[in-house]
Amino acid sequence: MDFFAEFPEMGRQDLRDFKKGIDASFREFSRTYGEAIETFFEPLLWFLVWLEKLLTNAPWPIVIIVICALAWLGSRSWKLVAGTAAAFLVIGYLGMWEDTMATLAIISVATMLCIVLGIPLGILMARSNRVQSAITPVLDIMQTIPSFVYLIPVVMLLGIGKVPGLIAVCIYAIPPIVRLTNLGIRLVDKEVLEAADAFGADYRQRLFGVQIPLALPNIFAGVNQTIMMSLAMVVIASMIGVKGLGLPVLRAISNQYLALGLLNGLAIVTLAIIFDRVSQEYGRRLQAHRQGADHG
Amino acid sequence: MAKIKIKISNLYKVFGDNPKAAMEHVRNGATKQSLLDDHRHVLGLRDINIDIPEKKIKVVMGLSGSGKSTLIRHINRLIEPTEGQVIVDGEDVLAMSQEELREFRRHKSSMVFQKFALLPHRTVAQNAAYGLTIQGIAEGEAAERAQRWIDRVGLGGFENHFPAQLSGGMQQRVGLARALATDAEILLMDEAFSALDPLIRTDMQDILLDLQEELHKTIVFITHDLDEALRIGDQIAILRDGESIQQGDPQDIILRPADDYISDFIKDINRGRVIEVRSVMAKAARASGPKLPMDTALEDALQTLASVGKDTGTVVDHDGKTIGKIDINAAITAMARPDRGTSQPRYK
Ligand SMILES: Nc1ncnc2c1ncn2[C@@H]1O[C@H](COP(=O)(O)OP(=O)(O)OP(=O)(O)O)[C@@H](O)[C@H]1O
Ligand SMILES: [Mg+2]
Repeated sequence: MDFFAEFPEMGRQDLRDFKKGIDASFREFSRTYGEAIETFFEPLLWFLVWLEKLLTNAPWPIVIIVICALAWLGSRSWKLVAGTAAAFLVIGYLGMWEDTMATLAIISVATMLCIVLGIPLGILMARSNRVQSAITPVLDIMQTIPSFVYLIPVVMLLGIGKVPGLIAVCIYAIPPIVRLTNLGIRLVDKEVLEAADAFGADYRQRLFGVQIPLALPNIFAGVNQTIMMSLAMVVIASMIGVKGLGLPVLRAISNQYLALGLLNGLAIVTLAIIFDRVSQEYGRRLQAHRQGADHG
Repeated sequence: MAKIKIKISNLYKVFGDNPKAAMEHVRNGATKQSLLDDHRHVLGLRDINIDIPEKKIKVVMGLSGSGKSTLIRHINRLIEPTEGQVIVDGEDVLAMSQEELREFRRHKSSMVFQKFALLPHRTVAQNAAYGLTIQGIAEGEAAERAQRWIDRVGLGGFENHFPAQLSGGMQQRVGLARALATDAEILLMDEAFSALDPLIRTDMQDILLDLQEELHKTIVFITHDLDEALRIGDQIAILRDGESIQQGDPQDIILRPADDYISDFIKDINRGRVIEVRSVMAKAARASGPKLPMDTALEDALQTLASVGKDTGTVVDHDGKTIGKIDINAAITAMARPDRGTSQPRYK
């Protein structure tokens, strides 16, 4: 009867030893390799710090002008540019300029990192079904596992700081770009690919001349989602030492500062909306040829 | 006899997980249906032997699923055969390395597709130059060389349009320009005009025949449309369920269909307009009556004979030399649709 009333657990002592064993071996691992890994990420840290300094130290009007210019290049919409300028002016006026710049820096670096790693990974996945079925579950785990759980090993390995924060953001934000690159390439019209083959295109010519250009709208949707998700990670990343808009939010939670939390939260949302609109607009222009829009 | 440009021998294609094993059943006489039902493999092609003469248009005709696309894709090896040989200019296409095959596709053969298969993100000019850029020719020079073909197919002024901005007929002109721009000797056309409206289709046929008069390419043209086949084919091969059931001069196929399937296929054509006097004339060195060029359609011949009130005409070749005589009764008999009963296989 006992068997059904109580779950046949592993012995308490055994369980403790089991967990301790894992902790000990990971600690051992991080003692041995922690430094090497840190050195490996050194350039990334250097770049992140440089960008953050650049954004915070540059005169604010120039930063706004550059951001507005980028928004214009992306969207070709004056409305969006005006909105962007207004949003940044208000953010600055409300005393969140420096934090916003820090957030902008980490988001930009995280997105670049995700693109640099994610697109080639997506291409590999599209190339072989074996690779796809190996990577898909990993992506599933990355997207569903609570971020706090992978923060632990990252912090054990690299301590508190910008780089572990960056890695945490990337783990969370990279899946969509990998997935959508893979999907986009797999959805490329078979007939067009066959035409490329029939004219003697080699692997590179197929990839860069046909597959990537035709998958671009999907790849771009992936970039867009990656940006959104890395913004969503800003608060959590601030728990392990990333400066930016997340930090005040964290402070607001522990001290019940409603206004502080709201303002910084809204600033994050504003950044998200600007990124989203500009990149969507850009994505739409990329596919203009599909609708037979007038190009003269 | 013209030189053979492409020689396809004993070609078999079985689709499925284990084609080699399924080949055993095919050799033991399995039909397409039984192979599918009993062994879960699709018989794409069975023992195809086709010679494609240089500088001629060879039409391959058959109903949907008869294996036309599969066959034409063996010529540039977009599909690997299960068994058989494909020889182009004495060279075994199936023995080529990947590198050699790419060279072959870049320079020797080019292809036009049923659904156009243009690059949607490239302009008309860039699409037409596609084969050249694949060869590694610089954009500028490629564009210059492609321009000639854009003009030739009547698309001058549309260079900077995207495919989605063009009608189907215009898109296929781009497809044709793209295929011609590489100066390949072999042109593979898989139902290239089938997706077009009848009027546009006739236009495109005219363009093709016009070009062929000047370029003398070796063309393999796939269609399921008999009128189209008769209009442009120098030779016709007919496929059914992956097998070639008759090949030859279009005239021959109409006058001597190999079996009921083909009789059925050709029963609705306008025989008076398709059959030429050379096919029903009696050979003769001398004859009386009005002179009729050898490729005069029976319809026109009858009209000529009737208008001068003669019972016989003189058939002359392209140089005006008499090669035979045609009798008005023979012409009328040939025009009558043969009865099902009398269309027993008469040859092969
Ligand atoms: N990749 C494939 N896998 C399995 N079966 C195939 C494959 N490709 C073609 N087939 C089969 O081979 C046969 C011949 O197909 P094919 O496409 O060559 O016909 P087709 O004459 O070109 O027809 P259509 O006029 O519809 O284009 C068909 O029964 C088809 O289902
Ligand atoms: Mg087909």
